Amino acid sequence: MEIKLKLNGRAVTGSVDADTILLDFLRQKGCLSVKRGCDTSNCGLCTVLMDGKPILSCSMLAARADGHEIYTLEGLQEEAAEFTGFIADQGADQCGFCNPGFVMNTIALLRENPDPSDDEIRAFLAGNLCRCSGYEGQLRGIRTFLESRRA
Amino acid sequence: MEQKKHREYKAVNKSFRKKDSMQLLHGKPVYTADVTPDDALIVKILRSPHANAIVKSIKTDTAKKVPGVVDIYTWEDVPKNRFAIAGQTYPEMSPYDRLILDRHVRFAGDAVALIAAEDEKSALKAMRMIKVEYEVLDAVLDFRTALDNPALVHPEDDWFPPVQVGGDPKRNLVASDCEYHGDVDAILEDCDILLERTYHTKAFNQTMMETFTTYTSLDRYGRLHVISSTQIVFHTRRILSAALGIPKSKIRVEKPRIGGGFGAKQTAVCEVYPAFVTIKTGRPARITYTREEAQIAGSPRHEMEITVRLGAMNDGKIRAVDFYTLSNTGAYGEHGPTTVGLSAHKSLPLYTGGLEAHRFKFDVVYTNHQASGAYRGYGATQGIFAMESIVNELAEHLNMDPTVLRDKNMLKEGMLMPAYYGQIAEACALDRCMQHCREMFDWEHRYPVRDMGGGKVRAAGVAMAMQGSCIDFVDVGSATIKLSDDGTYNLIIGAADMGTGCDTILAQMAAECMDCDVDDIAVFGADTDVSPYDSGSYASSTTYITGKAVENACTELKKQICAIAAGMMEGEEEDVEFVKGGVRHIGSGQFISLQDISYKVQLGNSIPAVATASHSSPVSPPPYMVGMVEIELDKLTGQVEILDYMAVVDCGIPINPALARIQAEGGIVQGIGHTLFENVTYDEKGKPMESSFMQYKIPTRLDMGNLKVEFEHSYEPTGPFGAKSIGEIVINTPAPAIAHAIQRATGVWHRELPITPEMIAMSLVE
Amino acid sequence: MITIQKYVRAQSLEEAWELNQSKRNRIIGGMLWLRLGSGSVNTAIDLSGLGLNTIEETDEEFSIGAMVSLRDLEMHEGLNSYSCGAVKNAVKDIVGVQFRNMATVGGSIWGRFGFSDVLTVFLALDTYVELYKGGIMSLEEFASMRADNDILVRIIVKKTPGKAVYTSMRNQRTDFPVLACAVSCLDGEYRLSVGARPARARVFRDEKGILAGGITEQSAKDFAQYAGKTVHTGSNMRGSAVYRSHLVKVLTERSLQELGGM
Repeated sequence: MEIKLKLNGRAVTGSVDADTILLDFLRQKGCLSVKRGCDTSNCGLCTVLMDGKPILSCSMLAARADGHEIYTLEGLQEEAAEFTGFIADQGADQCGFCNPGFVMNTIALLRENPDPSDDEIRAFLAGNLCRCSGYEGQLRGIRTFLESRRA
Repeated sequence: MEQKKHREYKAVNKSFRKKDSMQLLHGKPVYTADVTPDDALIVKILRSPHANAIVKSIKTDTAKKVPGVVDIYTWEDVPKNRFAIAGQTYPEMSPYDRLILDRHVRFAGDAVALIAAEDEKSALKAMRMIKVEYEVLDAVLDFRTALDNPALVHPEDDWFPPVQVGGDPKRNLVASDCEYHGDVDAILEDCDILLERTYHTKAFNQTMMETFTTYTSLDRYGRLHVISSTQIVFHTRRILSAALGIPKSKIRVEKPRIGGGFGAKQTAVCEVYPAFVTIKTGRPARITYTREEAQIAGSPRHEMEITVRLGAMNDGKIRAVDFYTLSNTGAYGEHGPTTVGLSAHKSLPLYTGGLEAHRFKFDVVYTNHQASGAYRGYGATQGIFAMESIVNELAEHLNMDPTVLRDKNMLKEGMLMPAYYGQIAEACALDRCMQHCREMFDWEHRYPVRDMGGGKVRAAGVAMAMQGSCIDFVDVGSATIKLSDDGTYNLIIGAADMGTGCDTILAQMAAECMDCDVDDIAVFGADTDVSPYDSGSYASSTTYITGKAVENACTELKKQICAIAAGMMEGEEEDVEFVKGGVRHIGSGQFISLQDISYKVQLGNSIPAVATASHSSPVSPPPYMVGMVEIELDKLTGQVEILDYMAVVDCGIPINPALARIQAEGGIVQGIGHTLFENVTYDEKGKPMESSFMQYKIPTRLDMGNLKVEFEHSYEPTGPFGAKSIGEIVINTPAPAIAHAIQRATGVWHRELPITPEMIAMSLVE
Repeated sequence: MITIQKYVRAQSLEEAWELNQSKRNRIIGGMLWLRLGSGSVNTAIDLSGLGLNTIEETDEEFSIGAMVSLRDLEMHEGLNSYSCGAVKNAVKDIVGVQFRNMATVGGSIWGRFGFSDVLTVFLALDTYVELYKGGIMSLEEFASMRADNDILVRIIVKKTPGKAVYTSMRNQRTDFPVLACAVSCLDGEYRLSVGARPARARVFRDEKGILAGGITEQSAKDFAQYAGKTVHTGSNMRGSAVYRSHLVKVLTERSLQELGGM
């Protein structure tokens, strides 16, 4: 079936099977930031924004995205750049495989709650698994970013 | 206590961003699946549903007719020479006990057939249409019953150990040995206190976020070109050569960025399958494990059961330890004979201070579980859980502060370690780590148990740890550094940055040597066609071994640059010196910039401006660590909440303190997961239960409390810039420290991991 | 993952219902659970175009469309004010924000899953379901029925005066619960809803009048003991029946204490 959606601000069409998942469709469209980490909706690596809300593209039929607006990290480079350097300063990017999903959900967090507390950060990002960093460096990075913005 | 002085550094011992940070954080395409073409054949594996079975018959003809399916391979199609997939230096300690596809399948998840198809859907459709008839055999599902069990995991006659390690497949035995120092029995007899305890740890999964994945094709010379998410490009080349029966010269292995490894990718878990398909079809092939495959057919930790007999005096002096480790290697022997050694070699030396005698006996057995492999800590983690727990039990028995008990017995700088190959602790700040951590944690006030009301209790626990910095006399690290034409450098390595940041820290070392900016060092690795030989990134060795190679290569390159510059000044080499940005004539003060020298390199020059150095070490200096945890335990539900985890690490001189800290924090959180909820169980037929992230729960950021990690420096004379290792040790303290805190809160010792809320709550109900 | 031949975004409930009469077709909610199956679906019926994604609040009730996400439940001020935060507490630990943005209340309730926090909390409230053909019935009755070919349109929570408390025990913070427990007192009637037993949630009432004199330390303890004996539990990977029965007592007593303001 044919679908039409807005991907990273541009109209995109595609031919998909009924069971094509959004993750695969997005990678086919060159959005290689979208990663697969599990098959059970548990890891958050495939996080993208659909109509502004963070969702798991592994669990979304591409057909369902028809008529909707999708953003991947490819389309939000500047918004990400506001805080990613602070994560890098902590060395918390590590292997990087979880980073796109983590960055996307952090963008969603900061849009909804521009000045979150540590507990709010932890709660909002709980669905983003990371096996390298132990999370503390990611938290320090976000906290330092927020402090720099307050200053 | 005074610490040894070292000179002020410009590029090392500084927190630089990783060179790839912004690429990674911005989701750029840098991983195997991102950088390889899409038109490869998709390889899928039909896996055995049985734990131990013989493939009686296998029918693939209907499946082969599925449109899009290119071919299907079974045991009849593969070479008959056995090999090992452990990433180890040749001759490997691991037995050659594998075929690409075997008629005898040895665990639920073992490979039965390979399907090569144009797309995944066709491959999966074909998989469902393959008809297999199995002769199901009795399986060995409890490793305590493996030795001399009538059910044999490897009855075949062509089982081959490249190194004799006491194995006997007719007894399900992979390796066995006994070693000792002093008269253990006599000293134990003479001790006031003898404790005997048994500890059990599970086959925890690394769960790196990028699963196993490999792409293979034939390059323009018809050679097999392998792009894989691996920690071991050179070993993988050798393994593929053995498995496929083609010369190493016909194989090139490279790795792009790796989405985590933690040791899982120190084994060539999936490379042979697409490589075989490419050799058979001549076409590019790709395999990417599903998370389920990574969970059930990966290369997790060795399950171990360790019995410790510890002899001590009433004043707390620990005099003798008798240590027995039973290790479960699963269906294949990868890393089985080697991991077991660390269980004692990297736990007992912590108590060198008082220890008069020790004995270490072990057996490594086959079972019909998923094969185990290398996981951060590599046996030390299991041994340290046992050793540190029994020392905590001794402290409780003596009613003595467990940190004071350790002060009395711990290893100190300069001591000779009989339980550590007779090596000397040249750099050891373990005592300072303990003191530092005690103060930082406020041990004095947090160690006493506090009742918070409503069934909640706060308590604290402690543990020490050590590891190695390489495999002494074995690991080889190499580096090539060359002058580029704008006066900057290219550093080419064979070690594998798997997210740890070794590309960056090696560049920091090169920048320190060459007196330039870290940005002036471009790093490339790893590719067997281009990189100088490196064992690979494992055994905590990259900083310590490859780092020294970088240092040595830089020394050599500086000599070459000076020789070229001397020629330009029409002087002798000894007349000039390498200075920041160029070379200076000592007598005249004449200065030639690196940029000018690099132009000269390309003009009528016959002196190379490229140097390669290799390094190996006769010692493996241990890093040390002390971890302390405060928990709040709910005695009614059994829930444990980690409040604070604090640790102090002695990794020598940390080359990049920010990255060293992240290593520590990441390792601690993995350890918390293993201690509290990551579990590995099998049903009665040998089917693994925790086969997805829905069932195998790793810590989220809500599960780990607050972390605080600091460092105590020591200066390791054999390491680059005083450095030792950091990568593995960091996973070793959580299990014993948390088990200790749980005992403090409840009065009950838990000696099996994970310690679940149910185990805690029910231990208090009866 | 399941295979799907055809995807239809239904234009009307009637169209969805007609499609749903074939056993090979399936209504998709958040698709988080459905996709884990290995079967084959002929037509996936999507209700997302039918405006069922809103929570409407009146003086008498909340009307929650079947396609409302768990995240919407979590963030809805009126619903959480009425339920004393019980609804939020029931969903906040479910995997992560992204997951809760996708999982629908309709999918959770329709599935009548054993592990469901959502079913557990709504059973403690005065909740009804509206089925396209079956009309309105109590959630309690619906929960005990087997799935048929009808369509769940919305969930109605009556604003019966009272209070509610939700607690759960999880081995890891975002895991399925080992036990889920909601207690409420609505119009003077006490309800205990226990989920993840691990069988599907069920409501238990104060049939012996243990709480008739209100919640005291003793009556909370007595009712918890009664619940421990009455609530049937079983074993799975996350916990044994014995541990679950122990948790029934612990969580019930604690929830009652909280409900009683202790």
